[in-house]
Amino acid sequence: MKTVSSLLDNNWHERYRKIATLNIRSSIYDVTNQCNLRCKGCFFFSSNEHQAASEETDVGKWSRFIQKEKERGVNLAILIGGEPTLCLDRIEAFYAQLPTFCSTNGQIKIPRDRFPDMMMGISLWGNEEDEKILRGKDTFSVSSKNYQGDPYTYYLYTITPKQVGRIEQMIRKIADVGLKVHLQLLSNDEKVDGFSWTEEKLRDVRAEMDGMLDAYPKTVISCKYYHEVITTGRMMNRQFGWAECPSVTEPMDNRTPRPKRLIRFIRWASDLKTVHRCCTSATRDCSTCKDGAAHMSWIMVNKRDHLQSTKDLQNWIEVYEMFAKLYRFIPW
Amino acid sequence: MSFTTDKKTMIRRIAEIIIFELKLQEITPEKFNPDLDLVDELGVDSMDLATVVLVLQDEYGISIDEDDYPKLRNVRMIAEYIEQKRAA
Ligand code: SF4
Ligand code: SF4
Repeated sequence: MKTVSSLLDNNWHERYRKIATLNIRSSIYDVTNQCNLRCKGCFFFSSNEHQAASEETDVGKWSRFIQKEKERGVNLAILIGGEPTLCLDRIEAFYAQLPTFCSTNGQIKIPRDRFPDMMMGISLWGNEEDEKILRGKDTFSVSSKNYQGDPYTYYLYTITPKQVGRIEQMIRKIADVGLKVHLQLLSNDEKVDGFSWTEEKLRDVRAEMDGMLDAYPKTVISCKYYHEVITTGRMMNRQFGWAECPSVTEPMDNRTPRPKRLIRFIRWASDLKTVHRCCTSATRDCSTCKDGAAHMSWIMVNKRDHLQSTKDLQNWIEVYEMFAKLYRFIPW
Repeated sequence: MSFTTDKKTMIRRIAEIIIFELKLQEITPEKFNPDLDLVDELGVDSMDLATVVLVLQDEYGISIDEDDYPKLRNVRMIAEYIEQKRAA
């Protein structure tokens, strides 16, 4: 029987031990239905999730809800929207009670005196030209000024097929403003012309992502196994999709057989009552879904499957470490 | 049956449940080391443990709280935990 110590040397085993007992239990919260941008391909608006529930505006109710979430075992709150920074009092309610990660488009600078070490992930959809097409403006010019050098902020760079061959210019710009970056892929929910993936483009982008990691190891928070799995949709000879997805809201998960999944995971709408099917839009086709967090979690929840060989287990460790770094459970 | 034989039987049965539920390969209940750390050595996570716990609860007529999972680190500790629960 293969055991962890039969596969790993002391150094890797030590790395494994540091993460094996972290037991991260995340849930996702739509903080608001409002946004100060309207990006083409934003799953929240394209699937009308912004109209799924009317926002709870009483911050006291948010606080009581968060307390219950804590009691439910959640130990990582991932805030999305809409744009969460439009509602700082709600973010504050989370930050006061739970380790909190806030995704943002970076157009509003959060006051660090109120949120000294809250993790921020700024969305970025490419260079100036692509951002103007997809998001109506060059968001980087604003977000990079707002968050320059911030030690608790990184870019969530959603790579589109049009940027293949041109990723480096943005990585360099990010490095120049003293920030880090995590790479993910556009799912193109609104089928914007020219922004859908082909097999060839996915092969090319994988090679380019690997190259960026090699060239900018202090800036890029990623690992090659994650690149492989997100670009191929395959892990240990299995295909990613609805039957395998770990990021389905638990009370709505009626799949049989039930796959390995995130325990207690729920994505809550902003009325604090409605739940959404998964971490992204329910209208998205699971067979073409490129959601980065879902792919990462897919690897993470299938730990024992990676006890096949030393390389497989090392791959699993690197992905888990990447996740733990992104949410600051371990240092960068 | 003596207490020792009882415990041995229980340890063997728990090993059997773990092997079956987690679909472990190349191991038999007889050869399963009862002190092998399930998380540290077998890569068992809380979902695996929850699967095993469901069967243990049925088999031994006890309830196992999730807060107690850290006490279930190996087969011997699980056997001791079950004994305590049944004696309580
Ligand atoms: S900034 Fe984010 S929430 Fe707002 S429209 Fe763009 S993708 Fe959607
Ligand atoms: S759309 Fe993506 S994240 Fe949602 S259930 Fe399907 S595969 Fe999972």
